[in-house]
Amino acid sequence: MSAPAGAATGPRPVAAAHTVSKRFGVTVALDEVSLEVSDGHVHALVGRNGAGKSTLVSVLTGLQAPDSGSVEFAGEPAPALADREAWRTKVACVYQKSTVIPSLSVAENLFLNRQGSGLISWRALRRRAQELLAAWEVDVDVRAPAERLGVEQRQLVEIARALSHGSRFIVLDEPTAQLDGNAIERLFARMRSLRESGVTFLFISHHLDEVYEVCDTVTVLRDARHIVTSPVAELDKTALVSAMTGEATGLMDLGAQRPAPAGEEVPALRVTGLGLPGVYEDVSLTVAPGEVVGLAGAGGSGKMAVGESIVGLRRAARGTVELAGVRPKPGSVPAALRAGVGFVPQDRHREGLVPELSIAENATLTVPERLGRFGFVGSRRRGELGAEAIENLDIKAAGPEQPVSALSGGNQQKVVMARALANRPKALVLMQPTAGVDVRAKETLLATASAAAGDGAGVLIISDDVDDLRPCDRVIVLFKGEVVIEMPQGWHDHDLIAAMEGIRD
Amino acid sequence: MTETHTAVAAPGGRRIAAPRLARLRDLALVPAIIVIAIVGYLVNPVFLHWDNLVNVLQQQSEISLLVLAEALVLVCGRMDLSLESTFGLAPGVAAWLVLAPGITNGVGWLSGAWSIPLTLVVGLVIGWVNGLLIVRFRLNGFIVTLGMLIVLRGLLTGISGGKTFFNLPDSMIYLGNAVWLGLPASIWICLVLYAAAIVVTGYTRFGRSLYAIGGNPDAARAAGIRVDRMLWTTLVIGSVLAALGGLLLTGRLASVAASQGNGAIFTVFAAAVIGGVSLNGGRGTVFGAFTGILLLYMIQNVLTLAGVPAQWIGALNGAIILVALIISRITSGRAQD
Repeated sequence: MSAPAGAATGPRPVAAAHTVSKRFGVTVALDEVSLEVSDGHVHALVGRNGAGKSTLVSVLTGLQAPDSGSVEFAGEPAPALADREAWRTKVACVYQKSTVIPSLSVAENLFLNRQGSGLISWRALRRRAQELLAAWEVDVDVRAPAERLGVEQRQLVEIARALSHGSRFIVLDEPTAQLDGNAIERLFARMRSLRESGVTFLFISHHLDEVYEVCDTVTVLRDARHIVTSPVAELDKTALVSAMTGEATGLMDLGAQRPAPAGEEVPALRVTGLGLPGVYEDVSLTVAPGEVVGLAGAGGSGKMAVGESIVGLRRAARGTVELAGVRPKPGSVPAALRAGVGFVPQDRHREGLVPELSIAENATLTVPERLGRFGFVGSRRRGELGAEAIENLDIKAAGPEQPVSALSGGNQQKVVMARALANRPKALVLMQPTAGVDVRAKETLLATASAAAGDGAGVLIISDDVDDLRPCDRVIVLFKGEVVIEMPQGWHDHDLIAAMEGIRD
Repeated sequence: MTETHTAVAAPGGRRIAAPRLARLRDLALVPAIIVIAIVGYLVNPVFLHWDNLVNVLQQQSEISLLVLAEALVLVCGRMDLSLESTFGLAPGVAAWLVLAPGITNGVGWLSGAWSIPLTLVVGLVIGWVNGLLIVRFRLNGFIVTLGMLIVLRGLLTGISGGKTFFNLPDSMIYLGNAVWLGLPASIWICLVLYAAAIVVTGYTRFGRSLYAIGGNPDAARAAGIRVDRMLWTTLVIGSVLAALGGLLLTGRLASVAASQGNGAIFTVFAAAVIGGVSLNGGRGTVFGAFTGILLLYMIQNVLTLAGVPAQWIGALNGAIILVALIISRITSGRAQD
């Protein structure tokens, strides 16, 4: 067991886990992990998918009891698991999944089950809610139903609710995964100001840049074990990545190894004058076979809408989409698939996967014609294709018949990618292909995209994550629905981000 | 977050305009009710006569208790199909136990004074069994209550021998027959229970927790709400309300037919959904459910006054439900789910 090195410098820990172990059946989820979170710090918890972060969080927030080891808050043992009220005064967690009740108002969500005894006075409740939100400078209408909040506002409401229970220790589980750049900055500014007023955070993120931007201390978990705890300033990015992956490698430079695309034939994808009023205007681009092109832009730039128009999930008002010389019927996914497009939709939970179906079924949903004739589905052929996908994309799974709901996020995303590739697409459109996956899964996914280009497909990667765009031969930047610049390979991250945020020099 | 959301929900936590209309959704059916009242008056001026209005209110008072029960269960995100059988079986069991053997099937074990408590206890037991199967044993609520619907209906046929119970004791007939302060008692009971339910669901922790459970059970549990206990309690309350509704109808007709309540559940669901209660839980109000059933009965009354042949009433009823759904979809401006 390794003792947390950096914690000794801070004052007494506001929360601590001592040699906590937890098993689920044969899987060891936590193996004698210790963690001390010092008062007034922003403490990062990083690790690849399956490293044990979620289990540690559920132990720290009292949702699960550890098999061995103990949890302490400010030196006192944690309350009994059943005493939710006591837990809420110690720690709160803002999960990725919403924990508000969509049909109820913000005010009611804030004081759920604490509306006071007897008849509820809605006027008083709203006033209390307004006071609470004003105290923490959250600008949200307390009458609005919670379902109308954006992700950012929902998170703020959940943070305010946690603070109102008296908890000054808040776990943020990948809070930035669904936010755009500006919202992330605002969240960080708020975290800093809350830290000034004595709130402690445990911050979970896949984006290592964010760890360097906002955190004081970082703890790395790997394979259910504690690897290192260190002040952020004393651990450089390479060391952090190798602590997470267990190998001394950084993010691969994927663009370099591929031969330059030929570029004289019929383009794999040609978009001409595409427009959708209010979303994007006059977007034109071509992707040659074997070429990887990036389409970058911040949230609200319309880049996803462009991608969805190309694959037929949306219908553009103007302009044309040409796939390998064919113009599929606009707004029709089957037509686009027939014309030879393969795509990864932006939200794997909503559009990407049928969770209770097996890996093989999910991977082959778009290609029934490869499984059998006359509408029948050959299960052996499907199993073979599933096994092929598991092999090619390095999916960690028991076999092609395992339901995808049992896989980790990164492996689920690989299944979505496998499906995009299942019809051997001439044009591959990837929308946020690595959202919420760990560093290694990200490498695999991007390497697969590069390999598809090597086999002659034209690849369009749509993302705001600079790492996703590294394999690209060139990057087209959208800002507020318009193409602002095209950058050849060799761009500087700084310039790319500046262009995405609309800063011109 | 998707692009479109970001584009709409502006950065910097710009205030979301308070949806004033949301509070009016409760009243979405009120214009429709007024229109029907006017149409009814034009069809036949008798429609707006006091006696006719009292008549409509009394006719819907029994089934409106079923609607109230179903609305509470739906708000929790569950369904109870067996309510219509409870509606018949609860007074049926009471009649069976208090009636002496003779022309009707009865065992005569208890005196007539027991009939009201017996009816309510039968409702309570049925709700408790539903809760046991759904909440404790985690069986699928839809299928459990469908099974219960069939079993309870069969039980009523069994104990009654398929015949109608009549010659009921006075106490059993009283509530459905009495007139308090110039209005039938069943109207008073219906209005008082609805008023109480509006207060409970709108202004108490218990009532609000039903919405929380229906909206997001995990979040409700995390907020310290005893989800299982609340669900069970609601199922019991629902069944007791159904039993009471059955008792009122028994009193009005002075009998319990073996088919009492048969098929009523479809009207009940239609009224609840027309009134804005979501089948997915967490949405809708008791007042809305009341306007739903009231609207359906007013339309039926207008059709009767217009002299529509009885053979066509069934088809028209179904059509009315569909039209009412369309109207409420338009007036509430929200997808029904």
